Amino acid sequence: MDRVFKALADPSRRQLLDRLHADNGQTLGELCGHLKMTRQAVTKHLKLLEAANLVATIWRGREKLHFLNPVPILEIADRWIGKYERGRLRALDELKTHLEGEIDG
Amino acid sequence: MASSRFVYVTYIRTTPEKLWQALIDPEFTRRYWVGTWQECEWKPGASWRIMIPDGRVADSGEVIEIDPPRRLVLSWRNEFKPEMREDGYSRLTYELEQQGDSVKLTVIHESDKPGSKLIEGVSNGWPLILASLKSLLETGESLEATRHWPQGI
Repeated sequence: MDRVFKALADPSRRQLLDRLHADNGQTLGELCGHLKMTRQAVTKHLKLLEAANLVATIWRGREKLHFLNPVPILEIADRWIGKYERGRLRALDELKTHLEGEIDG
Repeated sequence: MASSRFVYVTYIRTTPEKLWQALIDPEFTRRYWVGTWQECEWKPGASWRIMIPDGRVADSGEVIEIDPPRRLVLSWRNEFKPEMREDGYSRLTYELEQQGDSVKLTVIHESDKPGSKLIEGVSNGWPLILASLKSLLETGESLEATRHWPQGI
């Protein structure tokens, strides 16, 4: 999970994910065409994104296609969002108990 | 160049053999694939179909390539929704690759038809099914929303 946060911490890498979100399944050349980054920089960023499983690549013929893979982001949500919700519900429940107890008393 | 494609990569803490079994065994798929199961002899050229609990066929096709427990390629046509059936045959590829204590599962579902309704449909379905498969293999429990065929569909 460290890899995912590290990969997402960089604005250029988020921009690459945005490009794939807009148009999934691009080649390196297509991705470079839309960005003010050198091909070398894009390659480096893609490697990090792939290591974090945020980008999936498949070969079709001679082309390597890049896809946004939202799985790690879903896993982050599953791991923490539910917990926060539970916490909020517990806090509300305690507040209710507290307030109702005061009225009763 | 194929024009509609869904790609999903997930890491599951299991072995390639167990994951392979979970992908094809009816007892497994019923638990994470909304109550459905597949009928197939699992050899090259064999016909293949997904059965809905009420007796309808959800999808059908053929085994194009099979290399247990590494790679499975199926042709895939929807059978129960006319607007998706019109798209004709798509292609589904599962790739399983051991990486440390996990298996990297890549699912590619693609069609030569631009803007395929079938690919659009499965793109919404696959993430929940595959998350449930991962949950089943890692914790012994599938996700609740995937245990039964949805009512009215």
